[in-house]
This record gives sequence, structure tokens and C-alpha cells, in this order.
Amino acid sequence: MSACCSSTDNWPELERGYRAMLPEDILAFIDENRQMDRSESMLIATLHMIQGHYGHLGPGHLEAVAQLMQVPLAKVTGVATFYHYFRLQPRGKYLINVCLGTACYVKGAEKVAQKLMDELGIRYGETSKDGIFSLESTRCVGTCGLAPVIMIGDEVHGPLTPGQVPTLLDSYLARAAEDLAAASAPEAR
Amino acid sequence: MSRPVPDFYQSLTDLAGKAIKDRDLGNKITIQVGSATCEHAAGSQVIAEEFLRQIRASGRKDIVIHRTGCTGRCSREPIVSVQVPGRLPVKYERVNRDLVFRIFSEHIQGDAPVTKHILDRTSDVISERELMFCEGSRCRRPGPDFRARFIAMLKERAVGPEKVRVVASSCFGSCGVSGGKASTFILARPEKILYQISSEEDLTELLESHVLLGLPVERLKAKEEPIALEFLERYGDVAFFNHQSRIALRNAGVVDPESLEEYVALDGFKALSEALDRRDPDWIISELTKARLRGRGGGGFSTGTKWGLARKQADTTRFIICNGDEGDPGAFMDRSMLESDPFNIVEGMIIGGYAIGAQRGFFYIRAEYPLAIKRIQLAIDHCRAHGLLGKDIMGSGFDFDLEIRLGAGAFVCGEETALIRSIEGERGQPKVRPPYPTDRGLWGHPTCINNVETFANVSAILRYSGDWYARIGTERSGGTKVFALAGKVVHTGLVEVPLGTTLSKVVNDIGGGVSGGKQLKAIQTGGPAGGFIPASMQDMEVDFEPLQKAGSIMGSGGMIVLSEDDCMVDIAKFYMAFSQEESCGKCTPCREGTTRILEILERITLGKGQPEDLDKLHRLSRLCQRTSLCGLGRAAPNPVLSSIKHFRDEYLAHIHDKHCPAKKCVALIHYEIIAEKCIGCTVCARNCPVECISGARKEAHVIDQQACIKCGNCFDVCKFAAIDRV
Ligand SMILES: Cc1cc2nc3c(=O)[nH]c(=O)nc-3n(C[C@H](O)[C@H](O)[C@H](O)COP(=O)(O)O)c2cc1C
Ligand code: SF4
Ligand code: SF4
Ligand code: SF4
Ligand code: FES
Ligand code: FES
Repeated sequence: MSACCSSTDNWPELERGYRAMLPEDILAFIDENRQMDRSESMLIATLHMIQGHYGHLGPGHLEAVAQLMQVPLAKVTGVATFYHYFRLQPRGKYLINVCLGTACYVKGAEKVAQKLMDELGIRYGETSKDGIFSLESTRCVGTCGLAPVIMIGDEVHGPLTPGQVPTLLDSYLARAAEDLAAASAPEAR
Repeated sequence: MSRPVPDFYQSLTDLAGKAIKDRDLGNKITIQVGSATCEHAAGSQVIAEEFLRQIRASGRKDIVIHRTGCTGRCSREPIVSVQVPGRLPVKYERVNRDLVFRIFSEHIQGDAPVTKHILDRTSDVISERELMFCEGSRCRRPGPDFRARFIAMLKERAVGPEKVRVVASSCFGSCGVSGGKASTFILARPEKILYQISSEEDLTELLESHVLLGLPVERLKAKEEPIALEFLERYGDVAFFNHQSRIALRNAGVVDPESLEEYVALDGFKALSEALDRRDPDWIISELTKARLRGRGGGGFSTGTKWGLARKQADTTRFIICNGDEGDPGAFMDRSMLESDPFNIVEGMIIGGYAIGAQRGFFYIRAEYPLAIKRIQLAIDHCRAHGLLGKDIMGSGFDFDLEIRLGAGAFVCGEETALIRSIEGERGQPKVRPPYPTDRGLWGHPTCINNVETFANVSAILRYSGDWYARIGTERSGGTKVFALAGKVVHTGLVEVPLGTTLSKVVNDIGGGVSGGKQLKAIQTGGPAGGFIPASMQDMEVDFEPLQKAGSIMGSGGMIVLSEDDCMVDIAKFYMAFSQEESCGKCTPCREGTTRILEILERITLGKGQPEDLDKLHRLSRLCQRTSLCGLGRAAPNPVLSSIKHFRDEYLAHIHDKHCPAKKCVALIHYEIIAEKCIGCTVCARNCPVECISGARKEAHVIDQQACIKCGNCFDVCKFAAIDRV
């Protein structure tokens, strides 16, 4: 269904709509790749960029990618669902990734995970009501020497005990509150 | 005849030499701070900033901060090293803000090291010099041991530890270079002189001249410097490091991973320049073959052979790929190498590209490693800007370029055919082999895929020769292997040892043994595709074949230490859950087999195992091994089979007695308060998530077994050992 679209009469209009769904840098990336041989091999890289920008891949994003890269939507969806790293649901401000790799598992990662769930009142794949935290699990973030570890956003924390979880969460809550204050009082900056 | 490549290399080293000289480090105090994922997690960035502030406040111009990657001493991060010219470097462990202040004021300003916080401190004395005696097998000789003799001599002359310290070290790799003569190598620090000693007279001269007068003994100097000289110079006194032999990791924790100049100053790109200057790709392949370098990604296939196969193809559009997917959950060697010495991996890839006649190469790196991705991209950019990538590399006429492709969290994409599809932008599902990638790989063209560590060894082999590398390992496998040591072990981190080293040496001598004073139960190698080596077999030598014979595999280098507290059925279940979740679902034996095996293991750990379950596990495992399409399914049953093989009793206890000997399986245990021991402090009751502990203050508490969810909190928090797990 994709290659046909560029020849339909209303393609410019459709294209404008799809382009409006993605930020400039990603559009530039797609345009540049389309000049290359085997441009479809850049699909995964494109999805990474979108997730990096929006935090997840929404249905609209997938369709826009399919149309603009001229790749079947079924393939885009297939790839997005095959790879665990891609998230199809929006997530909270901070994504907590509990490492459930071997080193962390034998060092008691499950207890840390349980404590996180108790504190946040959510399970894997869910987002806290205030929209601040989402909880996911991952298999080894490569810092096994510090096991058990969790990742919050890009930051690795470990070795952690369940007892340290509340303070750690509080520090992120404080950060979120600061950001909020800064955003609502821009003149202070 | 003009020789463009050596000329190019000369100008590159001039450039690097000048940049290094301008920094004038020889007259400055260097504060070295690690910067890799582990270090950042431990707070090294804050530490570096704090030092910077201190330096600025002091107004001193003779102090600099040097950023390096990861040394691999994970559990002691952040590590900071203070190097004063002419002195042995002093390293501190677990540095925090307060310690920064103390190090700066007491050590740097006041010249009195903060001895209490020295890394792996063994004594408070800071020695003037250090002599490292090689204890490697090829430096051992009949007759009296040189080190013991030297220590006796020091005693006779009453030379104390403030003057010189004597350390035992693992193979420097120098035996392969200077070979032949029955001699022992000794590295003198901080002078960085390698001596080769063959008699008692040599030893005496070393003592009288070098140690007592500070005059190097020219006559005894070895012909070549050991490959890891700079590493040993910085870390040679620490037992965790001097029991290792670093080749792949020689620059980790030494070089600034974002500086091309520093890499070049450490002989970087010398191997590439020689390879390009010779104009003979077959020479590269023959050196690798002589080196007996076997793929470090797990399979152990000869790298020389693989490259030779790709080179012979009629199709001249060829690709080379670095597999940085590092899927084994519990392994981090590849991440560390990519983050700590990225130029070395890039150099290995360019050499590989030249050897097989490729025009393009790809790094496939998992998205979970953002710092590794950033550093490799930086290295690629630097190389392009300096004529080391792109058109006419080093003036040789060879055109080659590299780019990065990201993984996206699928373990199966570490498998080579799946990885190729992923680079092509497809779902990463494996394909039937043959055809092998060396025949028809990426976009149908001949492709070589190698592991990060495999590439990390290439430049070293070309510089020191294949024969040298081969001599360090065993008869069947040359060189060293890097292990990511983790789990219930005192010192977690990266360990590089010659192949053929015993497991016990890795776990006990380097790793410091099992943590918490517990008994060693087993060592897991190879991750979800591997198996367990029971404690009784810990004297086994690590190499591909012995591990396989014992029911495990070498794998990519994950090594998890398990203690008496770990339940083998539970761990086998853990791996099976991993494989089941990661199965791509393409073929039935793997998809269904792993699911069924997992169900049975779950049943057993829940205390619902049936007598015939062991047979069933065997049958399903065999089926899965024999009929799965790719390595994931074929290897997935390994942890189950090897745990049954070595720990059958544990399975039987679960199945017949409904008992978990390690007291790990939640369904088979419960918690009880021992009334006589309980003082009624109420701590347990306050920490119970379901509030099922009752009792008045200062009176014995009781657990309501019906309501208890067996989370174990009470057991962990009771300070009076009044709670029993039965
Ligand atoms: C399921 C599966 C996962 C794998 N994961 C990795 C990996 O993460 N890293 C790696 O280098 N090799 C991995 N391999 C092995 C690769 O297929 C391939 O053999 C290897 O990269 C070849 O490089 P080498 O010859 O240098 O070892 C995996 C294999 C299988 C079957
Ligand atoms: S063995 Fe498993 S992972 Fe491999 S192709 Fe078959 S289903 Fe996929
Ligand atoms: S924590 Fe221990 S001592 Fe305190 S009330 Fe509980 S069982 Fe008794
Ligand atoms: S094991 Fe957990 S649920 Fe049970 S009594 Fe102890 S704290 Fe409460
Ligand atoms: S297992 Fe958790 S970081 Fe590796
Ligand atoms: S055994 Fe001594 S240098 Fe190798």
C-alpha cells in the first residue's frame, strides 16, 4: 500500500499531514536516507529516534514512518513489536528499569522490584497515577559488578537494597517538582 | 620507492607526540578518574567535578585530571588514582566528596597519602619502588624461586618495605617475545623497566644497583616492553590486577577513550600501518591463524579461517560486522571494551576489513549501551577526520568506512543471521545455515561477523606476532579470555586471564572467593546457553573443550559465582524463563519446548513436581537441542541438563521431599519466630508488608502463617537472629 501513495492525487496533502507528526530532525534524517541505497535498512534507526523524542511509538508515528519511508505499515508494525526496546504506550516522566539479569537476580533483584511495586503501587508495564514513574524490567544493563541495579532514565543505581528504594524515589520526586516549579516560573531563570 | 603508509604513520605519531608533550604530564600531578557506565553509576562524574573545583581553588597549574575508561574493578568504584612524577601511583577506592577533599589537602597539597582508603589496602607503607616478579608458568624454573631468594636478600640487608615492595604477578606476555632462555621477568616500578633475570648474580646486581642506588641495570633489561606496560605501571600492585594478563584490556583504565592522540601514543594504529604497508592481506590471516585466535563470541571458531573463507569469495562486495549485542544477561566485557578502548576495536575492524577485502563495516551495538555508542561514534569521527577511515586510508589506497547500527533489545539478534536481518531493517529472526554469512550474508554478500573481544585482540597479535599470542594460551586456543565476574563473589569485575587458567584461580585468587563467607556451590559460564561447573570441579582449566565436556560452554565470558544460598533448580528456571521469553517463535521445538520445560521447572519449584518430571525434562531438552533452527533453541536446555547432571539430588529433594535445600524456593519454605530469641523489638512487624506479625512490645512475636506472603523482609531485618527460615 505504500509505494502507490506517492502517485495518488492527494499525496501532497497527505504527506503534509504525516510530516506534521514528526519533528524536523527526524524528517531530515528520513529524507536524507531516502536518497541512499537500501534506505529501508534505516527503519530501526528511525524508530529509535522517534522513541528518543517522544518516549514511545504511537500508532500515528508508525503510520507516518511507513508513508514517509515508503515501507509497508505491516512491516513497520512488525518491527516495532518484535523488538522489546520499543514501547508502544506512553510512559511517565521517569522510566524505571529493574535489571533482572543473572547477576542482579542472584543478588536479590526481585526484592528490590517488589519494593518498587509496593511503593509505587504499579506493576511492570504500568505508569504511576501522577504520571511520574513507569516501571519496566530489563535483562542486564552491563553493570553487573554493582548488582542489583535499577536504571532510572539514563542513570544507573546500585547496589541497591529494598530499604534504599523510598529515598531514591523521593529524590526523583523532588527533581520532578523542581522541574515543574522551573517550568511554571520561567522568569526566575 | 616512496612508502606512503609509514610516512603517514610517522606524521600521525608526530602529531600525537606533540599533543602529549604539550600537556607536559611528566612535570604534573595527574588525578585519574574513571569514566564508564559503572563509574558513572558509582558517582565518578561528581568526583571529577569536585577535584576540578579543588584544583581551581588552589590556583595550582601543575595538577591535571585525566579521564580514562573502566579498569574493571566494579565493586570498588569510583576509583581515583593520584600520580606524582617519579612516585608509584596511589589509588583510592570508593571515593566520595569528603574523601576528595582529604585526598586533595592531605595527599596532593600535604604529600601524605590517605592510606586508610587505598584500593585493596594491604599495608600503610607507601613504598618508593616496587618489583613485580612474574609467576607465570614459563617464568618458573627449577631450583630456588627468585622471588623467595630476593625477599631473603632484602631481609639480610635489612631493606624495609618503605624502600621496595615485592609483588607476584601473572604472565606479562614477555615470555613469548624473548622466549628460549630459562629466565624470569621482573618489572620495576615506577621506572617501568622490565628485567630478565637468569641467575642469582643478576638478582644481587638488581638489588645493589637498581634498588639501593636507583641505577638501572642496562645489561639485564629485556628486549621488548610487555604489552600491558602502562597498565601494570598504574595498577601492578593490586592483587586483583596483577593476577591477570591483559591484552584485550591493556588500555582499559589507562587511555582516555575519547583521545586519538593518547591511543596513538600507546602504539595505536601501528598494527594497521604495518598491515597496510605490507599490502598483503594473507599475512594478516596467517598471523591470526598462527595465533590460534578463536572467536570470543561463544562459538570459538578460528578467526583466521573465517577471514580466509570470506577473502576467497568471488563476490568482491564484502562486509565486516562487529557483534556488540552482548546478550548474555550477566556479562559486560564488550560494553567495557567499547567504552574504555574504542579506538582499539575500530583498528581491529579496519584491519579485518582490509584482510577480507571489505568496503564497509558495521558496529551492531545494543541500544542499552548509550555510552558505548557515543564513544564508538566519536572514535569513528576522529578516525575519519585523520585519514584512518574513508578514502585512501593512511595513503594506502584502501577505501573503507564504518557505521553504527543499534540493536533494540532482542537477545536472538546476537545470532549472526538474525543480526544481519536486523541491520537490514527487518525483524531479527534467524535463517537456516548454510549458506553461512561468509558465503552470503548482509544483502547477500560475503560477510564476516566477529565479537568485540575478537577484534580487541587483532592489533596486539599483529604487533607482537601470532606465535607470541599462541604461546600465552593453550595448545588449542591462543591468548587470553576476558570474563565478567559477578554474582556471589567478593570482587566483581572484569578479569582477563590466559586460556588454560583454572576456574579456581579466577574465582578465588582474583575474585577473592565467595562473598559473605559462604561455600562455593557452582560457577555458571556461558549464560543462558551455558551450564554449571560444580565446586568440586573448580580446578578445571578454562578453555573451550574442557568446559564443553563438563556440560557448559565458554560462551562470551559471563561468569556467575553461586553459593550455597542459591538453588540450582531456581537458577535453571531463571535461564529457561529468559530463553523462553527471547525465543523468536519461528520454529516449534524452541517456542513450545522452552515453554513446556519452563512449566515443569515451575511446577518443581512450587513443590508440585512429579517423579517422572526428570525424564520429561531430558526428553524435551534433547528434542529442543536437536531440532531447533538456531543456537538459541539448540543451547537453551543446557542450563537444565547440566544442573540435573551435577545437582540431581537437589531436583530430587524438590520433587520427592518437597524441600528446597538452599531455602530459596518460596513455596517450599516458611518463616518462624523463635520465641526464646525474640526480644520483642517490633522491627519485623513494622516491616511486614501484609502486617501479619503480631505481638506486644518486649514480648515474643508470632507470624500468622496463613497471611504471610513469605517476602522474607522480617528475616532480613531482625537483628537478633530470632527468625528462622525452614
Ligand atoms: C542466540 C545467540 C546469541 C548470540 N549472542 C551473541 C552476542 O551477544 N555477541 C556475540 O559476539 N556473539 C553472539 N552469538 C554468536 C554469534 O552468532 C557469532 O557466532 C559471533 O558473533 C561470531 O563472532 P566470533 O567468531 O568472533 O566469536 C550469539 C549466538 C546465538 C545463537
Ligand atoms: S531456535 Fe528459537 S530463536 Fe532460533 S529460530 Fe527457532 S524459535 Fe527462533
Ligand atoms: S525483629 Fe526479631 S527480635 Fe524484633 S520482634 Fe521481630 S523477631 Fe523479635
Ligand atoms: S515473610 Fe514477609 S509477609 Fe511473612 S511474616 Fe515475614 S515480613 Fe511478613
Ligand atoms: S545482571 Fe543486572 S546489570 Fe548485569
Ligand atoms: S610466564 Fe613470565 S612473562 Fe609469561
